[in-house]
Amino acid sequence: MQWEIVIGLEVHTQLSTSSKIFSGASTAFGAEPNTQACAVDLALPGVLPVLNRGAVERAIKFGLAVGAHIAPRSVFSRKNYFYPDLPKGYQISQFDLPIVGQGSLTIQVPTANAGQTYKKVVRLTRAHLEEDAGKSLHEDFHGMTGIDLNRAGTPLLEIVSEPDMRSAAEAVAYAKMLHTLVRWIGICDGNMQEGSFRCDANVSVRRPGAELGTRREIKNLNSFRFLQQAIEYEAQWQIDTLENGGTIQQATVLFNSDIGETRAMRSKEDAHDYRYFPDPDLLPLAIDNEWIEQVRGTLPELPLSKQARYVADLGLSVYDADTLTSSREMADFFEATLNEVPKEAKLCANWLMGDVSASLNREDRDITQCPISPGQLGGMLKRIADGTISNAAAKEVFKILWSDGGNPDTIIETKGLKQMSDVGAMEAMVDEIIAANPAQVAEYRSGKEKVFGFFVGLAMKASKGKANPAQMNEILKRKLAG
Amino acid sequence: MLNSSLLQLGAALRSKKISSVELTQLYLHRITALNSKLNAYITVNEEMSLVQARAADVQLAQSKTHALTGIPIAQKDIFCAMGWRTTCGSKMLSNFIAPYDAHVIEQFNRVGAVNLGKTNMDEFAMGSSNETSYFGTVKNPWNRNAVPGGSSGGSAAAVSARLCAAATGTDTGGSIRQPAALCGISGLKPTYGVVSRYGMIAFASSLDQAGPMARSAEDLALLLNVMAGFDERDSTSLQRETEDYARDLNKPLNGLRIGLPKEFFAAGLSADVTQAIEASIAEYKKLGASVVDISLPNSRLSIPVYYVLAPAEASSNLSRYDGVRYGYRAPEYTSLADMYEKSRAQGFGEEVKRRIMIGTYVLSHGYYDAYYLQAQKIRRLIAQDFVEAFKRCDVIMGPTTPTTAFNLAEKNDDPVQMYLSDIYTIAVNLAGLPGMSIPAGFGGNGLPVGLQIIGNYFDEARMLNVAHQYQQVTDWHTRTPQHIEV
Repeated sequence: MQWEIVIGLEVHTQLSTSSKIFSGASTAFGAEPNTQACAVDLALPGVLPVLNRGAVERAIKFGLAVGAHIAPRSVFSRKNYFYPDLPKGYQISQFDLPIVGQGSLTIQVPTANAGQTYKKVVRLTRAHLEEDAGKSLHEDFHGMTGIDLNRAGTPLLEIVSEPDMRSAAEAVAYAKMLHTLVRWIGICDGNMQEGSFRCDANVSVRRPGAELGTRREIKNLNSFRFLQQAIEYEAQWQIDTLENGGTIQQATVLFNSDIGETRAMRSKEDAHDYRYFPDPDLLPLAIDNEWIEQVRGTLPELPLSKQARYVADLGLSVYDADTLTSSREMADFFEATLNEVPKEAKLCANWLMGDVSASLNREDRDITQCPISPGQLGGMLKRIADGTISNAAAKEVFKILWSDGGNPDTIIETKGLKQMSDVGAMEAMVDEIIAANPAQVAEYRSGKEKVFGFFVGLAMKASKGKANPAQMNEILKRKLAG
Repeated sequence: MLNSSLLQLGAALRSKKISSVELTQLYLHRITALNSKLNAYITVNEEMSLVQARAADVQLAQSKTHALTGIPIAQKDIFCAMGWRTTCGSKMLSNFIAPYDAHVIEQFNRVGAVNLGKTNMDEFAMGSSNETSYFGTVKNPWNRNAVPGGSSGGSAAAVSARLCAAATGTDTGGSIRQPAALCGISGLKPTYGVVSRYGMIAFASSLDQAGPMARSAEDLALLLNVMAGFDERDSTSLQRETEDYARDLNKPLNGLRIGLPKEFFAAGLSADVTQAIEASIAEYKKLGASVVDISLPNSRLSIPVYYVLAPAEASSNLSRYDGVRYGYRAPEYTSLADMYEKSRAQGFGEEVKRRIMIGTYVLSHGYYDAYYLQAQKIRRLIAQDFVEAFKRCDVIMGPTTPTTAFNLAEKNDDPVQMYLSDIYTIAVNLAGLPGMSIPAGFGGNGLPVGLQIIGNYFDEARMLNVAHQYQQVTDWHTRTPQHIEV
């Protein structure tokens, strides 16, 4: 009998404000321990939190990007528990009245067939603002624990999905889409190694059509690969357990990436009673329409809208449109290149997804570090489009642009890469070739059309690769026919 | 000099009759002589006070002065003051040197006032008798067998015994007004949000409010002018135009309507307090005021509501005292949980632990709706009672406390009896209204009686006017406890 896997994700995105959510301390990553923790972050007696407007605006931006309702009134609550890296003994978070209500995210899920995807809409339950805790460091302290409070008070937006995903692939596609979106709208740097984007996965299994099974929550997955592996392992573990007559206990589990297994950290019985209550130090957060519209005015065109436009207006495939909108920088690069050769969308797409991406990958760079500007690339593509250079010559121009820079037209000129379009000169070359290779001409004329390639090779060689291939083919065919 | 008003002291300083250093030393000598009997101060630091006094004298010499420049003020030990030990009356913070200034301290520093020392208080401001302080009980200057009231008992005793020119206090359920009444001084709790809570160690955040404690309404007005003001570091601080709280002191009281809530004159109020309050009301009638009978029907629920909400907030506010970063840590422990448990068990006193337990309970899953939410609803009803009442009167008057100061240890075994001593003051905090207490006579045992004046929101200037006019025709506020005279 079949099992259905049910997955919901909670994603913590670190908002890209320069100061903390309730204090003026810096949020920059990597400083010496405890140098970016002010009196408020240390929870000294008497200090009070003051909400960072920038964090609120980023949350509003996200809500608008996923078509969610922005709460006109939301409330910060205290989540009470003791832990050494939680200085106040409570975390300020949002509980029953979050800033962002229900929304949705459309994802493209890859299938087993390469290049094939299917579309799915994942519903978002809510997104709420909260502060991050500090870090406990268990190494290097000789049996003691070190506390670094630099991260304490860093603003987070926790984005909670409905249990709408049915495979690890869907969960990864959702997480990737979310990752693209938060960087796209500029609210999070998306740096997963530094913990700016962390996923918790709620996983359960059931017979299709049955009630939801008991879930276990896998905490703190900080790469898409681990997300995939952890869900696959966890789902299989739950299926095996049930098929062997066992039951699933609600629990929080950790994924050990070294051995690829999940292991229970605490069960429901040890769950904390967080004693949530509204933080009396903070007033309810009121957001009026004017503020929302002001933030809406700063939103860039979103990936979905761009994808649709690329397909409908530019005639690109869904796959191409999806790839070109994988990041805002990629889409911007594409559009700037297209601006140079407005009728050649497919040509732009092919070069960006082909030579440009391959070269970037080879050198482990991203599109923002591309040594060739959209103007240079577009200038070169313009010369392909108008027949000045062949594709083969373009690859040479591209190599020079990549390593030395320069103007594509100048490179074509100085390297003599222009295509030959002089019909008389090409006819003379062909005449010479025919005269020099009578045996092959005879073969061709006796019906062995394969020999044609031999003549093309000779002709291109004779023209030093500059002959316009289409024109040369036409002349060859005509002359060989006798 | 000791009985001079703040205005008179300021004039003496500006006319060089006395320097700030001399005035500060005068009080420091009195503290040295008398504090062992009264225990009003937890921390005195002569050198730090004199540094400020010398700076004030420089300012005075240059005539760049404010009314309070050079005047020694006692600060309740709930306000963080940079470089000063700030204990909040607790063993938990007995070793804590504040690395920053509270807004209130900053405000006094800005005008060149001198911080004379940190006054004793109930631990984390939880108490009505000053007996919960880790640093020992404060004695009432009028009778050292009696309590001074709490939690600002050290400030009240210091003002009463002339161990400072004036003092600060904080009031969560009556902690300025009740000790002011019991020690025979004047004290004002402003409207919630008028004085910034930044740097004031939190007990119950939605109720805590700082205010001045002094000998007269006129002094209170000068002090409030310095303490009040918007502070962006406190999200509950109110952004309002600056006002001069002394502007209406001399207005006549003709036509003033005084509301007398029947609930404040019911069973439980002692006969001598009743008599003193009635005499005060009669005095007000002579000044041209009229009396209106009003009712605050939900005020009877103030104590239960308060003892749900205040401990709930406190249980969370006090979670930061965990022995990890600062403050008391148990010397021996076997694990993280053990360190938390021992540090908090040893670092907090009984009353604080009782309230943390109550607060933790009422916020727990399954009890939250029945206690916390229900109490919040009743809190709104209590506030609504005042809204109705103020449609019919300008100020509300009544006793500050049901009795004069009770004896030390008298109510220690019965927390509920202790809680009842705040029965007339708590509703004011729940509503966020301003309230004050001024001396209004003496009880049968010779101990002071306080008259409570409750105003509408932001009506502090009118309340001070009402109090000041009374103090122009009575002399209760000038009486001094006899045996503390030097």
